[in-house]
Amino acid sequence: MGLIYCMKKAFFLLIVLLPGAVYSQSAAEVVKLKQLQDHINRETSNIKVINFWATWCGPCVKEMPLFEKLGAERKDVEVTLVSLDLDLNPKPEVVHRFVERKKLKSKVLILDEKDPNSWINQIEKNWSGAIPATIIINGKTGQRKFVEKELHEGDLEKLIAEIL
Amino acid sequence: MIRSIIAAVACVLFVAASPLKGGYDVGDTVADFKLKNVTGKMVSLTDYASSKGVIVIFDCNTCPYSKAYNDRIIALNKKYASQGFPVVAIQPNDPSISPGDSFEEMVKLAEKKKYDFPYLFDETQNVAKAFGATNTPHVFLLKNDGGKFTVAYIGAIDDNSRDASAVTKKYVEEAIESLMTSKEVPATKTKAVGCTIKWKNA
Repeated sequence: MGLIYCMKKAFFLLIVLLPGAVYSQSAAEVVKLKQLQDHINRETSNIKVINFWATWCGPCVKEMPLFEKLGAERKDVEVTLVSLDLDLNPKPEVVHRFVERKKLKSKVLILDEKDPNSWINQIEKNWSGAIPATIIINGKTGQRKFVEKELHEGDLEKLIAEIL
Repeated sequence: MIRSIIAAVACVLFVAASPLKGGYDVGDTVADFKLKNVTGKMVSLTDYASSKGVIVIFDCNTCPYSKAYNDRIIALNKKYASQGFPVVAIQPNDPSISPGDSFEEMVKLAEKKKYDFPYLFDETQNVAKAFGATNTPHVFLLKNDGGKFTVAYIGAIDDNSRDASAVTKKYVEEAIESLMTSKEVPATKTKAVGCTIKWKNA
């Protein structure tokens, strides 16, 4: 009796908490530069792919399915989509709605920083600040690739192969 | 055989020697260009031989950053054209990729916003490539160095795209004020978030 009660309770808890847990995992988190740097530099033996985008950026939205597909297909790749929307529009809800509508599975971060000139070089020296831009890092060797353009089918796989 | 090896080595050396990114750096002399204005007339840099400098801005109709900065660009010309630093805006996007940036749309925007400065169409994208422009709006402040134009500043207009009233550093204005008082430009290069230029598919 006690056991069944406990199982029922546990099941109830699972039902109540699960959607919240799933939601909080996929909801885009607003981060400062330090958090983003820590995320980019985190230790992993996988390939880290960090894409900079915004909801208003046509080429970014167009190439996004390539990142989603890569993240879903390859266990050795960790994709992060970093939104720069807050630079123009202070409301992160725009990004949250976009993530929901497109049902994005990749990890999404929203960068909240002012004065881009002070932080762009700290992310990548060769970056003008224009998007789309993508950094690819081999987590084992630290080898790194940076591209500042829209990517097409097969480009990501090629870039990853270059640092394997 | 030996010839082809030499050719291959030469190629490798050539590629290795060429800079990663083309374009002008601060201090470089700018080559003349001639582009079609929204009025239908051709405009070239040599037309500005008598001005102290030129605020060249790669800009477009469609980019949200261009829209956010549109009034600030108009204000720059209003403030500095009479002081010898007029604005020359250049639209480099390929209209087949970005239809809102066609010559016809450029004409419409210039009329609507009553541009009192040229808005030139860089159809071949050669001028944007020569400058090394990457995004819109992207400023190249030129100074007239005794008949030749040299680059004095490259980068953003100011440090707050979202809110003109919250700007703390007016990079372009500070650079112009420095040039006019023969002082050193405080920041000669800045970066900003922006839209990439829509290059023609190679």
